[in-house]
Amino acid sequence: MAAVPNAKVEPPLPNAGLQALREVVADFDYDQLLWASGYLAGLARAGVAAAAAAPAPAVAAGADTWTVFYATETGNARRVAQDLAEKARAAGLAVEVQDLADYKPKALSKVANAVFVVPTHGIGEPPDGSELFFEFWLGERAPRLEQLRYSVLALGDSSYADFCVMGQRLDERLRALGATPVVERIDCDVDFEAPAAEWTDKVVRHAAETAQALATPAARPAHLHAVPKVAAPTRERPFQAEVTVNQPITGLGSTKDVRHIELDLEGSGIAYAPGDSLGIVPQNPEPLVAALLATVKLDGATEVTVNGTTMPLATALAEHKEITVVSRPLLEHVAQHHEELRDVLAERERLTRFFATRQVIDLFADYPKEWQPQELVDALRRLTPRLYSIASSPDANEGEAHLTVSVVRYELYGREHWGAASNFLIDAPSVPVYLEPNDRFRLPTDGDVPIVMVGAGTGVAPFRAFVEHRAEHGHRGDNWLVYGDRCFATDFLYQLEWLRWRKEGVLTRMDVAFSRDGAEKVYVQHRLREQSRRLYEWLERGAHFYVCGDAERMAGDVHQALLDVVRQEGGMSEERAQEYVAELKAQKRYQRDVY
Amino acid sequence: MSAKPLSDLEALKKRSNYLRGTIEQSLADPLTGSLHEDDVKLGKFHGFYQQDDRDVRAERTRRKLEPAYQFMVRVRIPGGIATPKQWLTLDRLATTHGNGTLRLTTRQAFQFHGVLKRNLKPVIRSINDALLSTIAACGDVTRNVMCAPLAELSEVHEAAYGIATAISRYLAPKTRAYHEIWLDGEKIEGEDHEPIYGDTYMPRKFKITIAIPPSNDVDVFAHDLGFIAIEKEGRLAGFNVVVGGGMGATHGEPATYPRVGDVIGFCTVEQTLAVAEHVVGVQRDFGDRSDRKHARLKYTIDDRGLDWFKDELHRRLGFPLAPAKPYEFTSRGDRFGWQQTRDGRWHLTLFVPAGRVQDTGEHRVLTGLRELARIHEGDFRLTPNQNLIVANIPDRERARVERLLDEHGVQRLQSGSPLKLQALACVALPTCGLAMAEAERYLPTLTDKLDALLERHGLRDEPISLRVSGCPNGCSRPYLAEIALVGKAVGRYNLFLGGDALGHRMNRLAEENVDEARILAVLDRLFAEFAAGRAPGESFGDFARRTVFHEEAA
Ligand code: SRM
Ligand SMILES: Cc1cc2nc3c(=O)[nH]c(=O)nc-3n(C[C@H](O)[C@H](O)[C@H](O)COP(=O)(O)OP(=O)(O)OC[C@H]3O[C@@H](n4cnc5c(N)ncnc54)[C@H](O)[C@@H]3O)c2cc1C
Ligand SMILES: Cc1cc2nc3c(=O)[nH]c(=O)nc-3n(C[C@H](O)[C@H](O)[C@H](O)COP(=O)(O)O)c2cc1C
Ligand code: SF4
Repeated sequence: MAAVPNAKVEPPLPNAGLQALREVVADFDYDQLLWASGYLAGLARAGVAAAAAAPAPAVAAGADTWTVFYATETGNARRVAQDLAEKARAAGLAVEVQDLADYKPKALSKVANAVFVVPTHGIGEPPDGSELFFEFWLGERAPRLEQLRYSVLALGDSSYADFCVMGQRLDERLRALGATPVVERIDCDVDFEAPAAEWTDKVVRHAAETAQALATPAARPAHLHAVPKVAAPTRERPFQAEVTVNQPITGLGSTKDVRHIELDLEGSGIAYAPGDSLGIVPQNPEPLVAALLATVKLDGATEVTVNGTTMPLATALAEHKEITVVSRPLLEHVAQHHEELRDVLAERERLTRFFATRQVIDLFADYPKEWQPQELVDALRRLTPRLYSIASSPDANEGEAHLTVSVVRYELYGREHWGAASNFLIDAPSVPVYLEPNDRFRLPTDGDVPIVMVGAGTGVAPFRAFVEHRAEHGHRGDNWLVYGDRCFATDFLYQLEWLRWRKEGVLTRMDVAFSRDGAEKVYVQHRLREQSRRLYEWLERGAHFYVCGDAERMAGDVHQALLDVVRQEGGMSEERAQEYVAELKAQKRYQRDVY
Repeated sequence: MSAKPLSDLEALKKRSNYLRGTIEQSLADPLTGSLHEDDVKLGKFHGFYQQDDRDVRAERTRRKLEPAYQFMVRVRIPGGIATPKQWLTLDRLATTHGNGTLRLTTRQAFQFHGVLKRNLKPVIRSINDALLSTIAACGDVTRNVMCAPLAELSEVHEAAYGIATAISRYLAPKTRAYHEIWLDGEKIEGEDHEPIYGDTYMPRKFKITIAIPPSNDVDVFAHDLGFIAIEKEGRLAGFNVVVGGGMGATHGEPATYPRVGDVIGFCTVEQTLAVAEHVVGVQRDFGDRSDRKHARLKYTIDDRGLDWFKDELHRRLGFPLAPAKPYEFTSRGDRFGWQQTRDGRWHLTLFVPAGRVQDTGEHRVLTGLRELARIHEGDFRLTPNQNLIVANIPDRERARVERLLDEHGVQRLQSGSPLKLQALACVALPTCGLAMAEAERYLPTLTDKLDALLERHGLRDEPISLRVSGCPNGCSRPYLAEIALVGKAVGRYNLFLGGDALGHRMNRLAEENVDEARILAVLDRLFAEFAAGRAPGESFGDFARRTVFHEEAA
């Protein structure tokens, strides 16, 4: 019989709760008890003890399973979903986590309790892989969903005009289809961690309360044991990687400065696969911080507090705050003093344009106001990591990861501009990194399967990893790269390597489109159209089709080209072609990594 | 000879199907600015050389980019005479598809530099549209046929020029490959053929020139085959025939050497074409096809003897050449400024530094000549000294021409010591793949410094010939100069002294692998001694030969 907490201590639990807790731990062995105490303590530290404790009575319950649906491109939604599941399991609920990319849309009709974590990508689009789900449920033919009780958490980036629209649309749609909202939707910006944690607590609490009691002993320890813990570096605890190579790879006279960066990951515990990205936790360029302070006429030495800790304003701006990309809250804050900005906020087009072409310094300089130090840091969003596709094969480069970084540095409106992460990467001797796995962008497991890779600019990065990986492992599948950039003479990224791989027979075929060399502009999609017969043949041979690079234009144009090629060469109707391509996606043979 | 295996290039020529090779596939490859290595060699026959900007080669490799491949395109233009219309075409191509300069060569041809692969076809096409060509401007064939650009006797020049063009046309390759590849000509059915060359062409480049005394501006003794015009009562009577000249050599290979051609007799105007054809024939059949460094006519003649050569030639001609007629050369450089020929027309010879027609600061030569070409009624003539003659200007136009050139700062270029105005420099860095040292880019600095020395010794107006080559191949014909620098390594040259003023006699190596300081020191001393101790009327070349090498001028 295991020890029972001393009765003299007033337990902060309702009796039922204490009772339930006793029951749960009843037949725990010593180790399990120790582990459980530590785990609960951990939950407490994580500020969610309330969540875990309150629903304790329901621990015995957890009748019907809860499904936590997520869709993701860069992993945030998965993190939130898993975090939610952990808490729910801790609360004794039966939960399963489901990626919408591998989910048969109709199946939702059979689900009673669902939580959705939905990011918005592209320009107000669903994350790659989850289109089918959204097309179906947002579409005309979607059936009623009376049986469904749901909650939606929207992820987004308020520096996009269509902030969190996918989450919003899904929420409204489900409601319209007769489903019952449980916890009200929240729209999270890129610094989503805190609000998301709060919201998931709320969801778990509701779920627990509404669940009817039913205990399945065998399940209990299993649930507790089911909590996964990973050692690898994370966003919060990144690994400090030394920058061993920082080599410009655009030629003299290029309009761009693209760098080949090599990072030393020795002993980082990071094990990546081609297709993954690295997250970089940046610091802002010193000169930018200075310029910004000058613009708002504040002294960098002034003390301010950033989530609890006081520090000099300059430090806050350099290390904790986003001072390049404009966010909606910031814009709204400044708009209070500027009529014109209110108009911008009102018009989607203008807003998109504003975010794409104005940095914080432009906002501050062109729309001046009296700033207080604390007001400033509060108005600014948290500095968020940036992702970079890994451009190397782990097996060909022991303990290294290579990146292909286009440096954001330009003059505009008579001002110097810097990009936070890209400049940090080329200045800092070492940078904090973490792995961002991407299972929706993977080489075929079968090395004999042909692949078609379409990439523009730095979008070619993961394909360098792909080809190097296949060469390293002697995979015999055909590799076809369609690459585009500005000028042949200066912007042909990794030209010597492609030529070598072609000579060695690894690169079966390569087509290039340089937009600024000829009279008329040619892009990758034009090459795909020129090669339509060949492309269709490859697809019919089971080729996987990959697209990486610019999300705004390239991805869409390539998608259209693919549809046209299929329609033309397959002699299909518009609809048939749509299905063909949808099928490619379903089979994970059409994968994209666009940004 | 036949014992040794044929050189790889011979095999390539044979399998190339009359110079087609895989040039079209090479042009179509979008991943590289270069051609397949076989096509690089075959390309020469079509008139271009693959090069790369050597200034940025290393840096580009570091950036994972291939070398900055580009092409030098050479225009075949017999006697170096172009119409204003043709000039405008070439000017446009240089500006739109080249590096913004036109290069006048030591063989009276035009060169473009910096032509990208994707522009090769448009460029070659436009050149042909302008009734010029690039075929056989390079390669193992008869190169651009030179002809002294101007003579007091314009009738003689007239006739000589006519023969130059006739030879050029007659000895041009006849393969249809050129039209198929560059001019979208019909692909021919069955075997192509080459009446004169056969399918392996010449063992090596073959060069022909025509000199018109009293000027030896073409350096008639430096070519495989030279003709010295002989006039009788103001008309062209025929030519003395010169064979076996050549400049090219390789550092540290005594088996390679420059050679002065031999005068072997006289032929009438009517016999000239036959002589050209059969001299080419002898070299085609007996030239060394196993060792490309030993494949010029000069070596064939030295190997087998001049008498053997004459017999072989006479046998093929079916008649012996008449004995050589007397002739005399009194000059070799260009005569700058205005001259009038008996027909009353005016000719303006312009100094073009190292033959590079370009806009630099206040000297807007490219633009100036473009403007001139728009109004010019006569023609343009390239001199063998990399300069330019604006020829056949009617009296009334003189002033206008003067003004135009003045407005573009071309006139201001014309002043300088004879040494500077007569100096030659080959192209060398950054485009020439064989360059070991700077030449064209270095010449201005060098001539300024030498002018200062001459000034000091009161020799500023002494016509001393100076020639600089970036390597021992001798594209500026350095071995026939009174002072020559031949590149050994960046910043280092072999210094040659003692050639004669008229191009009869070669100079000799005076200092090996020396830098500028040493070169200037040596010349400073020699100039001083020359100023003090020259014999009456003695040229600097003869003086150097006498005092440095202790040989009496022949
Ligand atoms: C442009 C020019 C020099 C100039 O500044 O004007 C020139 C430039 C080159 N010559 Fe030359 N040669 C030029 C007149 C000469 C002359 C002078 C002459 O012919 O009167 C000679 C010495 C005479 C002779 O042939 O012996 C000459 C002897 C060579 C040689 C050595 C040939 C030999 O048999 O020894 C080479 C190297 C080779 O052929 O292997 C060469 C090769 C070259 C190349 C094509 C380098 C190459 O093979 O890759 C040079 C291109 C440089 C560039 O970037 O433009 N060039 N070359 C002249 C073009 C003439 C033309 O319009 O066709
Ligand atoms: C999955 C993924 C993979 C990625 N892979 C790569 C990769 O392999 N290589 C790579 O280089 N990037 C990659 N990116 C993009 C990268 O994450 C960063 O967004 C990019 O490097 C810019 O970040 P930054 O901090 O340097 O600039 P920021 O500080 O984010 O500044 C960017 C802002 O500057 C402004 N701006 C930028 N350029 C201009 C301009 N020309 N005119 C006007 N305004 C401008 C815009 O407002 C823009 O929002 C990837 C992104 C994702 C999501
Ligand atoms: C290429 C790209 C496009 C994006 N477009 C939008 C958008 O239109 N609207 C928005 O609110 N957020 C947008 N975002 C921000 C993401 O929704 C946000 O980063 C979210 O946390 C990503 O979730 P995930 O990591 O699960 O994919 C975009 C992000 C990327 C990388
Ligand atoms: S002499 Fe040598 S360096 Fe000069 S152009 Fe000829 S080959 Fe090139």
